[in-house]
Amino acid sequence: MELLEIRNLSAGVEGKPILKNLSLSLKAGEVHAIMGPNGGGKSTLAQVLAGRSEYEVTGGSVLFNGADLLALKPEERARAGVFLAFQYPVEIPGVNSTYFLRAALNECRKARGEAELDPGAFLKLVRQKSKILELDPALLNRSVNEGFSGGEKKRNEIFQMAVLEPRLAILDETDSGLDIDALQAVAAGVNKLRRPDNATLVITHYQRLLNYIVPDFVHVLMEGQIVKSGGKELALALEERGYDWILEETAAAPAGARS
Amino acid sequence: MTTALDPSKGQARPRASWPAAAASGNGDAGPARAGLSMGEVLAAFEKGDSAPGPVWLKLRRQAALARAAAVGFPTTHDEEWRFTRVTPVLKLPLHPADAALRRLTREEIAPFTFGLDCWRLVFVDGHFCRELSSLPTPGGELEAGSLRAGLAGGAPELERHLTCCASDQANVFTALNTAFFQDGALLRVAAGKVVERPAHLLFISTRTEAGATAHVRNLIVAGPGSEMKVLETYASLGDGQTFTNAVTELVIGEEARLDHCKIQEEGRRAIHIAAIAAQQGRKSQWTSHSVSTGAQLARHQIQTLFQGEGGHCLLNGLFLAHGEQRVDHHTVVDHAQPRCESHEFYHGVLSGRAHGVFNGKIFVRQDAQKTNAKQTNRNLLLSEEAVIDTKPQLEIFADDVKCTHGATVGQIDEEAIFYLRSRGIGLERARQIMVRAFASDVVERIPLEPVRAHLNQMLTERFKD
Repeated sequence: MELLEIRNLSAGVEGKPILKNLSLSLKAGEVHAIMGPNGGGKSTLAQVLAGRSEYEVTGGSVLFNGADLLALKPEERARAGVFLAFQYPVEIPGVNSTYFLRAALNECRKARGEAELDPGAFLKLVRQKSKILELDPALLNRSVNEGFSGGEKKRNEIFQMAVLEPRLAILDETDSGLDIDALQAVAAGVNKLRRPDNATLVITHYQRLLNYIVPDFVHVLMEGQIVKSGGKELALALEERGYDWILEETAAAPAGARS
Repeated sequence: MTTALDPSKGQARPRASWPAAAASGNGDAGPARAGLSMGEVLAAFEKGDSAPGPVWLKLRRQAALARAAAVGFPTTHDEEWRFTRVTPVLKLPLHPADAALRRLTREEIAPFTFGLDCWRLVFVDGHFCRELSSLPTPGGELEAGSLRAGLAGGAPELERHLTCCASDQANVFTALNTAFFQDGALLRVAAGKVVERPAHLLFISTRTEAGATAHVRNLIVAGPGSEMKVLETYASLGDGQTFTNAVTELVIGEEARLDHCKIQEEGRRAIHIAAIAAQQGRKSQWTSHSVSTGAQLARHQIQTLFQGEGGHCLLNGLFLAHGEQRVDHHTVVDHAQPRCESHEFYHGVLSGRAHGVFNGKIFVRQDAQKTNAKQTNRNLLLSEEAVIDTKPQLEIFADDVKCTHGATVGQIDEEAIFYLRSRGIGLERARQIMVRAFASDVVERIPLEPVRAHLNQMLTERFKD
């Protein structure tokens, strides 16, 4: 069965359509990359899947594990196993990172019918996971993302993902603003978290990240639609040739002709 | 006499309903005020138990009474009371609260003690309760007892200190308190002594009959070079329409250090009007923490006067109001001497149709060069109908000073709420976490850990929905 099945999804913000009849499916165990120029709808797709209310869904459906994802509140999606690594993680002064993450994990565990973790057990888990991400544990004594560098914020996103163990991880431009060392660390973290029962959707503007997180499928999202899909070699072609040739190709062949 | 009305109705929007032709001046009567006149209030308390004290105090009481009779109750035309109407007080059939009808047990007061290891003075409806209190041995570094006993026993220097910090002239409720107070706490630390164990002044309202009034008077004298921590808390057993009119005077000697923390958690129908007035000697340090969450109407006047050079004060405050609650803080820092420092942080959280007021006055007198004064008031509005009036008021007559002030009013950061929700935390819990974070700066400054724990617990429960 498909883990995520997006069918003819249309969505916009403030009456402006952005996603237009977008369809995409992911199976458990797969890594999909979505690439495309700015303004094509990549981040909108991520936000719609996470449940941000500013984005209005005007058509289509999204099934997650066979259930209607769009009917769920953002927190219910998270508890069901959807995780969005933010492009711009939010700083929350006054909210301790450890407290926040334990609250989040226990909500997810409760939803899965598992017992809540006490502070001691949680601390053990945190130590183990922070090693995977090579994240300085001292950061977790601070307020959520407050005063973190760009790289620390992105690493913290993946660290949260490691703790919450989602079925579907959506990485929204996780590579933006990272130097090569941070990029490798983040990618290594993501790779260590890959399992046969979870899937990853990597949204990126550049091919660079895909050298480290190797996708099974690459999709090109332009003007609100997936205009081309292929294997990892498609990312290299995009890196080399840009996006214009795809537009020409799709103009020549009507959308319905693609499979 | 008007009988008590339901205080939850009718008084929420004073500015909208105030008639243009309302009487000004002493405003003792007039079309806008349904309720007791000053004359009726004075008569109600004069009938009660005769106010204790020696001759010098009797004279001051008489003067205060004359002052109250002359000025009457303030109206919203009075600059100091522009945002807060006193009408809810005057709608109650005010009368002195009798001594407790029954004795409270230790179990009954346990929820109000925060598990704090301390000396404790317990007052029930304004009357000292010896059995529930734990006092240090007389003659030690801390002298603690009831003010009434102190006055009867001729405690030293009372004549010099009592009524000297809080002004009957500036505040008519202070004048009423001076005229009619029955009891309160008297704390004195001898020069150079450091008192490790905090002192807790616990005031519990238990009366159920509307208008039962406690005029509470506290005097705290910190000798030169001494140190102590005082916790002053107000709570209710039950839901009576009680009126607490409290005045706390703090005489802080040269190089003394006093931490004072007040928590007001009276019942939802209670009215709480209070003044905390300090005088600070040379190089003294005062930290004032004020947390106000209870009562339908709470008004706090908190002020300090730097009498010597190099003093330091921290005014740290948190107020929470929901439903129809109104909470008003008026602070005054009087930089009368050079090289003093004041830091002020007040945070307000308002929801429902609540109304908050913050008025922060800072005077820098002509000789007060090298003053460093900083004031911040931040407010979080959780509903569209909640209102905050915030007003910094700086009057600076010296030229070599550093004074800053800032006030903000905002809503909860929706980006942060979405971030929390996207990790599985429900909307209500996310809001609760954000409110707690907003309050945490103020709570973390409070030097007593059990009090911080209590406040964090309260914040969690209050915003649980």
